[in-house]
This record gives sequence, structure tokens and C-alpha cells, in this order.
Amino acid sequence: MSDTHAQTVAFVRDTMLDQKDPPLNQVGAVKWIRENLFSGWLNILLTLASLWVVYAVLSHLLPWALRGVWDASNLTQCREIIAERYGAGTSAACWAVLTERWPQLIFGFYPKELYWRPILAFLIFLAAVAPVLFSAVPRKMLWVSALAPFVLFWLIWGGSLWGPIAAILGFVIGWAILTFAAPKIGTLLAVILAIVVPLFYWLVICGPLSDALASVVPLSLRAVATQKMGGFLLATIIGVSGIVLSLPLGILLALGRQSDMFIINKFSVAFIEIIRGVPLIVWLFTASLLLNYFLPPGTNFDLMLRVIIMVTLFSAAYIAEVVRGGLAALPKGQYEAADALGLDYWKSMRLVILPQALKISIPGIVNTFIGLFKDTTLVVFIGLLDPIGLSSSIRATTDWNGVYWELFVFIGLCFFVFCFSMGRYSLFLEKKLRREHR
Amino acid sequence: MKKTVTLGALTVAAFAAGAAGAATLDDVKARGELKCGVSTGLAGFSAPDANNVWQGFDVAYCRALAAAVLGDPNKVAFTQTTGQTRFTALASGEIDVLARNTTWTFSRDVDLKFEFIGVNYYDGQGFIAPKSLGVASAKELDGATVCIQTGTTTELNLADFFRANNISYEPVPIETNAEAQQQYLAGACDVYTTDASGLAATRATFENPADHVILPEIISKEPLGPLVRHGDNEWGDIARWTLNALIAAEEYGVTSANIAELSSAPTNNPEINRLLGTEGELGAMLGLDNEWAKRAIMAGGNYGEIFEKNIGEATPIGLSRGLNAQWTEGGLLYSPPFR
Repeated sequence: MSDTHAQTVAFVRDTMLDQKDPPLNQVGAVKWIRENLFSGWLNILLTLASLWVVYAVLSHLLPWALRGVWDASNLTQCREIIAERYGAGTSAACWAVLTERWPQLIFGFYPKELYWRPILAFLIFLAAVAPVLFSAVPRKMLWVSALAPFVLFWLIWGGSLWGPIAAILGFVIGWAILTFAAPKIGTLLAVILAIVVPLFYWLVICGPLSDALASVVPLSLRAVATQKMGGFLLATIIGVSGIVLSLPLGILLALGRQSDMFIINKFSVAFIEIIRGVPLIVWLFTASLLLNYFLPPGTNFDLMLRVIIMVTLFSAAYIAEVVRGGLAALPKGQYEAADALGLDYWKSMRLVILPQALKISIPGIVNTFIGLFKDTTLVVFIGLLDPIGLSSSIRATTDWNGVYWELFVFIGLCFFVFCFSMGRYSLFLEKKLRREHR
Repeated sequence: MKKTVTLGALTVAAFAAGAAGAATLDDVKARGELKCGVSTGLAGFSAPDANNVWQGFDVAYCRALAAAVLGDPNKVAFTQTTGQTRFTALASGEIDVLARNTTWTFSRDVDLKFEFIGVNYYDGQGFIAPKSLGVASAKELDGATVCIQTGTTTELNLADFFRANNISYEPVPIETNAEAQQQYLAGACDVYTTDASGLAATRATFENPADHVILPEIISKEPLGPLVRHGDNEWGDIARWTLNALIAAEEYGVTSANIAELSSAPTNNPEINRLLGTEGELGAMLGLDNEWAKRAIMAGGNYGEIFEKNIGEATPIGLSRGLNAQWTEGGLLYSPPFR
């Protein structure tokens, strides 16, 4: 090597410099803030404006919520406590109304000593939906799901255990006919029999049979009338029954609308268009007011049941259209391939078409379900005590007349929890079923 | 919760259909429960308390009726009805009696085929306005926005009043009293109009009641009373005379405090004796036993006691008796004689 520089350069570094941290304004939070919030005069202005809006909202909301009084027996007392603590004229929440009335908002007028029944029912419900929602749960749990409707009905309404058991027997009869009689008498006849015989059984034999059994071995819980149910118990019963019943009905209607058979096709189209073309509130009024005139006087046709039927039909019409969208999105080749495999109609639908169509429709279906669940509050107009209806009854007591936001905040939060988890589940399902882009 | 409900209720419906058509009294006795329609919530008149027990002025009437017929003031199933659903519920037999601060009008009595069994509260429609609006009379309300409950007689009265005085207004339709309070306080309307009792109850809940004034005009007659269906006069008689018993009890000084003593032996006032069943056979004429009125009064006290407990001057609602005093004290309450 040359020694040209031997005298001019006093020091030659013989190791590499350590890597330095990037400048502070190029990393982490500072960089993110610079790039996303303050990257130009317009963005700076917009950011400041947004910050001011957030501050303005929170500076009113947070003190109101945090200063809230949790312990008072009526609104006047609550206002006195607020005035005493923070000075007159301060606005603060009276959460005390929730402390006193939250059981009512959740359970309605369900007898207090029996609260364990709806709570247990809710836990069983969770256990029953788990295997349906998550494939990681052992398949044997599906038996719990199949029996759950009967157990839940018994727990919530009470009465004799033999009623639900006798009702299960009807399904067993139908299943037995399908399994054992079908090979001998042909599928069509077996299907018709499997519908007619259990119906006959339920309408004629079921009641006396369960009465007879109950008189031999009385196994019963205290009965609770439908009028006693309200609040989120009512909303959940209507919502869950509507969701569970409307999905299969909606799928059948969608298939019916696609069908080549004239009567089935026209019937499905007419049903969907008529139900969908009229507001839900009109159907609810029909259920509560009009049906009373058509049924024989003195008929005790449970109002909640009427509402569940109407809500189910209504959302089934929507589900049918959503599923039809999924069916239409499938390439024709899938139908032809299923036919080419020699599958009959039901097998081709079950194994090839519907799994794909339903996967496409998941967001739409869940969307409809969320809508249905929130629509349960409409029953307030026909005198059922949903959470909103209860909030007005609570307000009608002299103690709490004048309380608004505290109740609505609570109801809103509860609904949000339900609907948000439904939305999250739908995202989870979409991710799990995503096949195309793996 | 799924199919069993449907089928169970279908079977129930099929069996129940056979039992229809009997007289209401027999139905109630067989059922062991009186089905009473009340309001979805009007302060002082009907509301559930924290223990799920219904309280209020209208509720007290239902309890008295249940006590008279069934012997237990707690054997009542309360059905909440809205302004729209109340008449269908009664007409279809979903409820046995409607006590829902309902105004007695010609068309409701005659055209809708109901039987008003009396008046338990004489009301009239009034206006409430913020003091800052600076109105002293309802006749100065030209061009005002008015919050008004839909489906009620107040809506029609309002139209009549403004037309008669040749002034204009803009209605803001609302569904419930609670909604009206909030709309009014939020300034969505200049004035709120409903029955004067409701206005007093509403004003009592405001943070600053003194900032609001109830205008002096009462623009309508609103005799509020319980009602039953046309066509079952025996049941109508029971409902009517239960209310009369409560009113008469106040007139004769029979209270829940002294009723045990007054009914233990005949007093020297024959009217009290007939009322309380220590003399005569009035109960049997109604198809009840002779202590029916005694039980009705013991359920919640006489009319005056019910009034004071639920809506009287000692309560936050603070209504004075006014027109609802006994006829002997310048009011309109006047029970026909028990004879």
C-alpha cells in the first residue's frame, strides 16, 4: 500500500461505526404523527379541528358520566347529592336509576327469586351455540344444541317438564318415519307422512299425553307468564328465536325462488315480495291488533309468540334475498358440475352449491340478523316491554320521572355488546372460510 | 324457545278456543286473575316500582275491582297498552277492564261500543310554556309550535281551540309523555299540551320547575274513567259500583283505618251498613258476596285515600282535589245511593 497519507492523516479508523438510531422524527410515534396528522398546513388544520371536536365532546361527556351518582333512591335526592358535591347547576349523571332498576331492564317483571332460571338458560344457550359457531368445539356437543330449545323453553316459561318432552317425541316420530318407512313406501310419501303425523300428534295427542304423564310423575317448575317477561330477556328471546328460525326458512325461500317448479317458485316470490314490501311495524300491528279480530274471542294466542312469528317471517324474506345473491354469484359451472357428478337436487345443494353460496352471503346474513335484533325494540309500540318500553315505565314512576340519558346509555351499551360480537363473529367466519387467496 | 313455543301455544290456542263466550265475571273467577289494561307509564297513574309491583291511581282502581271480585287485590295481571292498542285490547277480550286515563267521549262510548263505568278523574287540557316565552294566555300562542301526543283527544281539542280562536299553530307529533317532556325541554316546541294533571306531573320533574308556567286556560273537558266492553251489563255493573263504592266510602267517612270497626257490626247509618254488607243483600244482586265493597275499600282505601297516596298534594305530582272533590265540598264526585 502507499504511505502518501502517512503524515497528513492522523487517524484512520479500522473498525466499522456502530449503526446509529434513525433521527427521532423518522421513527415510531413521532414519524407516524408527522406523516398522518401533521403532513401539511391543511392536514394540521384538520387535525387541530378534529382534536377540538373530540375535546369538546369528551369534556362534556366525561365529567357528566364520571361525576355520576350511583346511590340515591329518587331523582330529587340524586339532584340534591349532585348539587351538594359539585355545586348547584352542575350536570351529572344519575346512575342510581340503574343501580335500582337494572334487574328490571334485564329481566322485566320476571319474579326475582327465579332470576337463576333465565341466567342458567342463557348459559345453556351459550353452550348450545358454541358447537354451531366454532368447529373446534367437540361435535358431540351438537346434542346439547338439539335439546337446548326444549330445555330453554322449560327453564324460562316453567310448567311441567313433560310438555317439552312430549313435544320432542313428535320430532322423534317424524325422524322414525323418514328413516324406517321411506325405503318401503317411497321418499315423497314418507316426507308427507313425516310432516302430517307429527303435526297430528302435536295438535291432538301431545297435550293430553303430557298432562297424563304430569299427573303420574309431576316434574314441574313454577310457571311464569309471558307478560312477566321484558327487557333484554324479551329482546333476546325474540331476537334469538327469530334468528334461529329465519335462517333455514330464508334458505328454503331462496331455493324456492330459484326453483323451476311453477307453484313453489311463484309462492316464494309472492311471499318474499309481500313480506318485504310492508314495514315491520305494520306486521307487528297486524300480529297484535288484527289477529285478535280473526281469532275466536277468548283465544289465548300468546302475543310474544305472534311477534316471534312475524319477526321470523320478516327476516326470512330478507335472508332469502341475501342468499339468492349468493346463489346468483356462483358460476353456472358449479351447478353443472354437481349435476354431472350424478347428485340429486338436495345433495347437489347441500354438498356443492349452498356451502359456497352461504359463504358469500355471510356478511349480508349477519347484517340482517343484527338488524333483526335491534328491530325487537319496535315491539314497544304494541305494548310489549322491551328495554325501551321499560325505560318509559321506569320514567313513569314518581321517583324517576325525568331520567332519560342514563337509561338510554345503558340500553345502547347492551345492544352494542350483542351486535358488535355478532359482527366480529362474522369477520372471524369470513377469515376462516377464505379459500381463494391462501 | 324454538319450535316448542309455536306448537305448545298452538295447542293451547286450540283448547282455549272452546272455552270462549262465557260471561266476563265467570271468566275472571275461573281464571283467578283480573286482566286490567293500564297506561305504559304516566306518573302517578300507573307505573311499576323497583319490586315489579304496579302502583298508581288507575292501578288502585284495578286492585279494588280484583279485591271485590276475587278477594285479593294482588290477583291482577296488568297489561300495558298504548294510545293505539288500548281499545283493540279491550274489544278483543285481551283485558277485562281498561283503566288507562281514557277520556269518556260520545264516539268512544257509542261508536267503539264500550261502556264507561264512571269518572275517576275529572281532567281538562292545558298548556305549559317556558316563562321566557312571555305568554300569559293560550290565546297569545299564534304561530307557536305545540308538542302533542298522537292518537288522543288532546290532538282534536287543540285543533278545535285554535280554530275557534282563529289563530294558527304548528303541531309537533310525539308518541309518549316522556318523549314530550324531552322535546319540550330541548326546545323542539314552544308549548306542550296535555291533560292538566299530566302537566303538573311533568313540571314536577323539571330541574327548575319555576321556569315554566301552566297557562290558565283549560280548553277541554276530559272526564277520565275506566271502561268495559258493551254487551256484558253484569260485569259493567260490578265495575261501576266498585268505583262508586270507593267514592261513596269517602263521602260517608269510611276509611281503611276505620273500616274494620264499621263493618264489624251495623252502625246507625244505614247507607254505610248497606255499603259494607252488614245490612241488605246488595252483593248478591251483583253476583258477589256481601263483603265485596268492604274488600274493594280495604284494597287501597277510599277514593280520597287513593288520590292522596298517588297524585295528591303530598306527592311530587302535587295535584289538588279541585273538580275531584266530593260534591259536598264543591267538587263533581257524586256517587248514586247504595240502596
